[in-house]
Amino acid sequence: MSPPHLKHLGLWPLGAVALVTALALLGLPYVLSTYHLGLVVQMMIFALFAMSLDLLIGYGGMPSLGHAAYFGISAYTTALLALRLNLNAWLALPAGLLLAALTAVLFGLLALRTRGSYFLMITLALSQVVWGIAFGWRSLTGGDDGLPDVPRPTLGLHLPWSLTDSTPFYYFTLLLIAFAAFLLVGLVGSPFGYALRGIRESETRMLALGYNVWRYKLAAFVLAAVFAGLAGSLYAYYNRFVSPDYLHVTRSAEVLLMVILGGAGTLIGPAFGAVLIVLLENVISAYTERWLLLLGIIYVAVSLFAPSGLFGLLRYFLRWRATP
Amino acid sequence: MMNDLLEMSPTAMLSVQDIHTYYRDSYILQGVTLDVDVGQVVGLLGRNGVGKTTLARSILGLTPARQGRILFKGNDITRLPAHTIARMGVGLVPQGRHVFRSLTVREHLQVTARAGGHWNFEEVIGLFPNLRSRLRSLSGMLSGGEQQMLAAGRALVGNPALLVMDEPTEGLAPLIVRELGRTIERLKRAGTSILLIEQQLAFALRYADVIYIMNKGRIVHRCTSGELRADAEIKARYLGV
Amino acid sequence: MSALVINNVSRNFGGVQAVSNVSLSVDTGERRLMIGPNGAGKTTLFNMFSGALAVSSGSVILFDRDITRLPAYARARMGLARTFQITNLFPRLTVLENLLLALLAVEDEVHSLYRPVRASHSTTQHAKRLLNQWDLGAIAGKVAKEISYGQQRQIDLVLALASRPKVILLDEPTAGLSAAEVIRVVGMIRTLPRDITILMIEHDMDVAFDLADRVSVLHQGRLIAEGDVEAIRNHPQVREIYLGVDDE
Repeated sequence: MSPPHLKHLGLWPLGAVALVTALALLGLPYVLSTYHLGLVVQMMIFALFAMSLDLLIGYGGMPSLGHAAYFGISAYTTALLALRLNLNAWLALPAGLLLAALTAVLFGLLALRTRGSYFLMITLALSQVVWGIAFGWRSLTGGDDGLPDVPRPTLGLHLPWSLTDSTPFYYFTLLLIAFAAFLLVGLVGSPFGYALRGIRESETRMLALGYNVWRYKLAAFVLAAVFAGLAGSLYAYYNRFVSPDYLHVTRSAEVLLMVILGGAGTLIGPAFGAVLIVLLENVISAYTERWLLLLGIIYVAVSLFAPSGLFGLLRYFLRWRATP
Repeated sequence: MMNDLLEMSPTAMLSVQDIHTYYRDSYILQGVTLDVDVGQVVGLLGRNGVGKTTLARSILGLTPARQGRILFKGNDITRLPAHTIARMGVGLVPQGRHVFRSLTVREHLQVTARAGGHWNFEEVIGLFPNLRSRLRSLSGMLSGGEQQMLAAGRALVGNPALLVMDEPTEGLAPLIVRELGRTIERLKRAGTSILLIEQQLAFALRYADVIYIMNKGRIVHRCTSGELRADAEIKARYLGV
Repeated sequence: MSALVINNVSRNFGGVQAVSNVSLSVDTGERRLMIGPNGAGKTTLFNMFSGALAVSSGSVILFDRDITRLPAYARARMGLARTFQITNLFPRLTVLENLLLALLAVEDEVHSLYRPVRASHSTTQHAKRLLNQWDLGAIAGKVAKEISYGQQRQIDLVLALASRPKVILLDEPTAGLSAAEVIRVVGMIRTLPRDITILMIEHDMDVAFDLADRVSVLHQGRLIAEGDVEAIRNHPQVREIYLGVDDE
């Protein structure tokens, strides 16, 4: 539902902002260096990853500390299929998403019996199991050496560009992520999205109204995993390398921080949070190795001063401006 | 009439003087003035949403007034923290119960107990005998009406000099409502002052000495309960009956 | 035909026997009032009707179908709606969104993943119409936890009625309402069509006796009396344990 205070701004500025952003994104390869373009690719990937977690946390009220599991499983699946079997992207990518979805069904059956802190702990534990498998099964995954030399996606079409080059890959990622974002926005505005919010607010009321709450929660869990998986596979293609880091709890914590920093329950907030964190990470790591320390400090600061995230602050500011 | 009320009566236990209270962006109390004398039961009536609960919260320091003064036993309590106000002898029976869900009934009545008055554990159980069989139950497991009784008992056991009751009869069986009414009379005789916020007109008329009516964040009428009983026009205008 | 029948239903919590061997039968279209002292087990019984709570023993039958093991949401889909004694809204959603959820539940497209709700004019218009019917249109855009307590109680009731249920359980519908609001709510309940069956827990005896066809009285988890309003009003045990003796 459109926040009432945005109506005070009118629809035009919103449309204008969207148009400018779209044009900017399309034109970036002409103004940025390869390195900076790569940064933008990372930002987009993590924006999708964060939005997928927002579906679970912000809309569904199911806080998960194990979301990296689906990011990583899809990444490994796509990488392995591309590397070992030379499968093109039409097969390798969906296969990753499928594995992510199946894992989510399994984990959902286990975790969705619980709620709140227990749910948080179980999702954490399950994702650590997956990490452990990736770390230990050297023959398949390469262990902590990882999988190097993952080829860029091949599409089996005879195009004049190769996705090995940074600009075509940028547009490839932009297209997929824009499409995924579009799907997510549609999803949260649909009856399903509303039902998720209702579940977040009062499960008992939803049951009394006739909703099969458990089924909705499982569906949300799986959908969130699929979008996270897409982000993961794209990241594998981008880096041309996959390692257990994709699955580690710090990855889950990082994406959780992006959601909280941006503002859970807004979709755009977490996307913005991701952009900010990727930016900070790349700038800071030029100066120091203590990236995790900084992450922790940011988390504490946000929790204390802006618990609804940056977009929560923006909303408050707009509302304050709008009242006479 | 308003100017008379602004001079604090020497027998006033509570004197609310032209307070203005905001809640987030909303301007709720727009200049409220009222007095509760020692040993007096003051009824506060009005439609839902006019600010009765906000007034209770301002008195207790939960939603402090931004302008104006509140005096309790002569002391300015307008900006004191809520726990200080409570310790000074103001008790609250909040609307909607709000019991401590993880405490047992017995623990509830122990936690807020204060010596120095008639009310102790046994007295409260005597007033609400239904609670005796539930002493070891977690408060969250009680029925709505039992929680209401517990909330009232919790306030009583602190032996307050001023008791603010926000719709205390809600959800109570008629028998218990009668008992509550008798308790209010007993409290009055013992010198406790009571601010009674009520929707049940009959209950308010029966036990209150003075009645204030609120509308849209202001006091719009003040009279005795006898006068209100006879005044159909005021009842229709502000209470919709 | 009976709308709702329960046979020898009991419920215990650990050592506490909340409801013991209660059997009753409510006809279609009947207005059945349930009274009893606080803690008698009335809401527990309602919870067993709606499926929020399982029975310890006994059976629950809705329109000749045994629903004892059926989960709450399935009973709701059969046309059983309820309100809650402690207001149960969606606190951070607006009043309109609260109502949309109630209406979407009965539409076939509730499983739709993509149909945007805002564009669904018919549902949104329906929600607005319902609110206006109750004179609550002004608060449609307000967030549920910020409206007054009395308004919350009313929305609680509107949510239950939105899905046009066949059986509705009202748990103290007038508690917390001002005199004017009580009149309005009672008026609405009275205008509900006679093909809807109503079970109601109430403590406001003026309202309760006025609306009821028959009354069931619960005391310490047992059914101690049942009959029409006059019979119950004058029943000596009921007067002793619940109504009190009239001294006004």
